[in-house]
Amino acid sequence: MQKIRDVIIIGCGVVGAATAYALARYDVDVLILEKENDVSSGTSKANSAILHAGYDPRPGSLMATLNVAGSRLSKTICHDLNVPYINCGSLVLAFSDADLITLESLLERGRQNGVEGLEILPPERLFELEPKLSRHVKGALLARTAAIVNPWEFTLAMAENAVENGTTLRLNEKVTAIRKVTDGYEVETNQDVHRARFVINAAGAHADTIHNMIAPPAFRIIPDKGEYYVLDKSEGTRVRHIIFQCPTPLGKGTLVAPTTDGNLIVGPNNELTEKKEDTVTSARGLVEVKERAFKSVPSIDFSQNVRNFSGVRAATEIDDFIIGEADGSPGFFDLAGIKSPGLTAAAAIGEMAVTLLAGRGLALTPRVNLVTKRNKIRFNRMSVEEKKTLISANPDYGQIVCRCESVTLGEVKAALHSPIPAVSVEGVKRRCHAGSGRCQGGFCGPRVVEIIAAEHGISPLDVPLDRAGSTILIGRTKGGDA
Amino acid sequence: MYDLIVIGAGPAGLAAAITAAKNGLKKILIAERDREAGGILNQCIHNGFGLHYFKEELTGPEYASRFIRMLADLNIELMLNAMVLEITPERHVHVINRDVGYKVLEAKSIVLAMGCRERTRGAIAIPGSRPAGVLTAGAAQRYVNMEGYMVGRRVLVLGSGDIGLIMARRLTLEGAEVLACLEIMPYSSGLMRNVVQCLDDYDIPLLLSHTIVEIRGDKRVEEAVVARVDQNLKPIAGTEMTFTCDTILLSVGLIPENELTDKAGIEIDPRTKGAIVRENMETSCHGIFACGNVVHVHDLVDFVTEESEIAGRGAAEFVLNEKSETADEMTLLCGDGVSYVVPQIVRRERVAKTQTVYFRVNRLFDKSRVVIRSGENEIAAFKRPYMAPGEMEHVKIPKALLDKAEGAIVISVEEDVS
Ligand SMILES: Cc1cc2nc3c(=O)[nH]c(=O)nc-3n(C[C@H](O)[C@H](O)[C@H](O)COP(=O)(O)OP(=O)(O)OC[C@H]3O[C@@H](n4cnc5c(N)ncnc54)[C@H](O)[C@@H]3O)c2cc1C
Repeated sequence: MQKIRDVIIIGCGVVGAATAYALARYDVDVLILEKENDVSSGTSKANSAILHAGYDPRPGSLMATLNVAGSRLSKTICHDLNVPYINCGSLVLAFSDADLITLESLLERGRQNGVEGLEILPPERLFELEPKLSRHVKGALLARTAAIVNPWEFTLAMAENAVENGTTLRLNEKVTAIRKVTDGYEVETNQDVHRARFVINAAGAHADTIHNMIAPPAFRIIPDKGEYYVLDKSEGTRVRHIIFQCPTPLGKGTLVAPTTDGNLIVGPNNELTEKKEDTVTSARGLVEVKERAFKSVPSIDFSQNVRNFSGVRAATEIDDFIIGEADGSPGFFDLAGIKSPGLTAAAAIGEMAVTLLAGRGLALTPRVNLVTKRNKIRFNRMSVEEKKTLISANPDYGQIVCRCESVTLGEVKAALHSPIPAVSVEGVKRRCHAGSGRCQGGFCGPRVVEIIAAEHGISPLDVPLDRAGSTILIGRTKGGDA
Repeated sequence: MYDLIVIGAGPAGLAAAITAAKNGLKKILIAERDREAGGILNQCIHNGFGLHYFKEELTGPEYASRFIRMLADLNIELMLNAMVLEITPERHVHVINRDVGYKVLEAKSIVLAMGCRERTRGAIAIPGSRPAGVLTAGAAQRYVNMEGYMVGRRVLVLGSGDIGLIMARRLTLEGAEVLACLEIMPYSSGLMRNVVQCLDDYDIPLLLSHTIVEIRGDKRVEEAVVARVDQNLKPIAGTEMTFTCDTILLSVGLIPENELTDKAGIEIDPRTKGAIVRENMETSCHGIFACGNVVHVHDLVDFVTEESEIAGRGAAEFVLNEKSETADEMTLLCGDGVSYVVPQIVRRERVAKTQTVYFRVNRLFDKSRVVIRSGENEIAAFKRPYMAPGEMEHVKIPKALLDKAEGAIVISVEEDVS
């Protein structure tokens, strides 16, 4: 039997990671269980990457409070942990008089929610800011505090910082059962049995399954898919702000936005799906996204597409986040139904979780020797002088692995030996961008496989593309053993 | 200060450097990002190189080594594992290498010879899941031929580019089952010779006007849904068929690798997606030349060599007796039936006897005429028995005829009804 931890967090998406990050400020013994072979493998890697300003949620809701608080907190965290973050602002476009009325109500809601820097712009000022917008636009709501982030790295950075501050992360451990025991809970996984006084359910689209392992059903996740295009950097400056259309009952609609890597992201649509891990894209969905985006920005060049993806929203019957103790299960907390603006709210959700745990008796002694910063070398963003110094200190930074993004061997090795090391080709790509450019790893893929194998001391045959078991190579060629 | 810096040591860069040396340039550097010279030829272990240039059949590495061997004798410096990060119009070359560090080198002339890269799944936006087992034919070629690893057992090839065709044969010989090669166009985009030798000889069906409409599979590719397309290349509902396969190789086109060219502000031709070049392969930037696949995608290395020799001579002449620029630039335009021409600009006084013009047709032609016009006047015409988009064509226009032209020249193709 293992030791009794203070807290077990189930799921290492942005919500689980933010909770671990918030808890790691204190001397608390935390274990994160994640079923995949890397953090942020669920919705937190497949979304619009927007830190919303907070004019959208209904005033008084958890969503409203946590969105606005999260947007401020995220800015600080991104700064401390060296996460790509750009405060580019957002625009909600109005195409009709009815839309103009919607803008007024969004503005009013924003004021009630405490969002600063909102303003409705007339077309002339708008076209000055964004010359490529459709001329059918009649006005727009500018939200100056909206920002873009690299959502994957945001999650990783918080999880890494938690690990550096003593949190244990167990990957490839899927929770299969939870039992109430004296003084806490026993959490069984496909690998092991763990014990803790408190449990946090941050399982994203699977939060209902986890909840139902210990408490009577209280909500049901209704997976709702959104599909995207990511376009080449040559399209990355088509707009400078995040461009929304007026929200509908289905959501915030299709947006067009720059990404922190300099690409252009276009999406999503809405499509109910049966499967919680349905990240398949469809011809119909992609056409729908394209057509909707043309309404805002008619000149987007979709021939510059580099990849498509889709993400699953963890929608529920309840029009708010579900945060609180599960019925009849003291010390078991759900952080569930975290749909959009979940990425934005995550940091605030993490802090709220700490408060909830403290309310149930978790002692919060500040951690001594707290690590608060995260270093990260991004070769292609350095000045010539910085590059020179770096290469002379470590020649691995003088060897380019990924041509398109100028990623060096030094960065790939760092990704493989970081506090949460990459184990797959996609894991390397997410950490240092090798393979994320226009050739999509066509050139560096084979090299990255070779480097992973060498650094982790495994055979190239065992290197996965992404999830555990997704190996690329199937054996040696006839002459290959020679 | 270098007389010439060549970027890329593939067949284009090698030939340009060697020719420049033979024409009098002394201090020449070739910067190559790979660990050996030869470029893409190193992974092309099949036969079929050099038929035109050396009049014999060589493998890719053999063809390359004939040039690599000449470097030492000509005192050409080769820097391997050297990635050029930036070039400037003032001909400064920013290069890094793990031993040398970050260097900014100056050159009197530059030849761009970075080659091309493969289009990817994203470029054609294939819907479906994103499992392992979808890779470009070139990446597969590297795994199989250079590293000795197999990439799949039941393979579908999407696109009939030459690398795809060659890999269909290679994987078959390695014991894989290649189910079919699918091509969205009504004709192959690869060489006819490769269709025959790589598909027909191994009974691999070539399904023209077909494409993949969905990829299925969780961790690894499990199925691909294939459909026929109409004249507008849109899938026809009801024609779907499902292939059970574990691997999909993409051979859906090559694009010149133009990051450096673009960043230096050199003019790009939207048709070739490479730099616009003049008769001596000079780009819009004085003293910067380009040749090989970075200018337009070739299907035979022999023509790459030929074109690169022109660039090497151009660079040598530029450095040794720099002429003041003359204004007479004649533009070559694409007429009906032609998808691109290279060079795009010709300075007539620099043409010696004839000017070779490379081009591709945009559809299949049986008996036809390649017609060169200046305004209303037909200044030359060349007969062709058959032309296909998959095969690069060229014509040699005598200088005397060029001199008759006024204004731009238009190259078009007409069915020959005579
Ligand atoms: C299309 C789309 C666009 C969006 N755009 C935005 C946006 O622009 N801005 C914004 O603020 N929000 C956005 N959101 C919302 C945001 O992405 C989510 O709210 C957020 O990522 C949810 O994080 P999470 O940690 O709850 O879930 P997830 O990221 O899904 O994490 C859950 C984790 O739990 C793990 N897990 C599940 N079951 C188990 C088990 N049994 N055992 C162990 N581990 C388990 C999963 O593997 C996963 O890693 C968007 C969402 C979607 C779908």
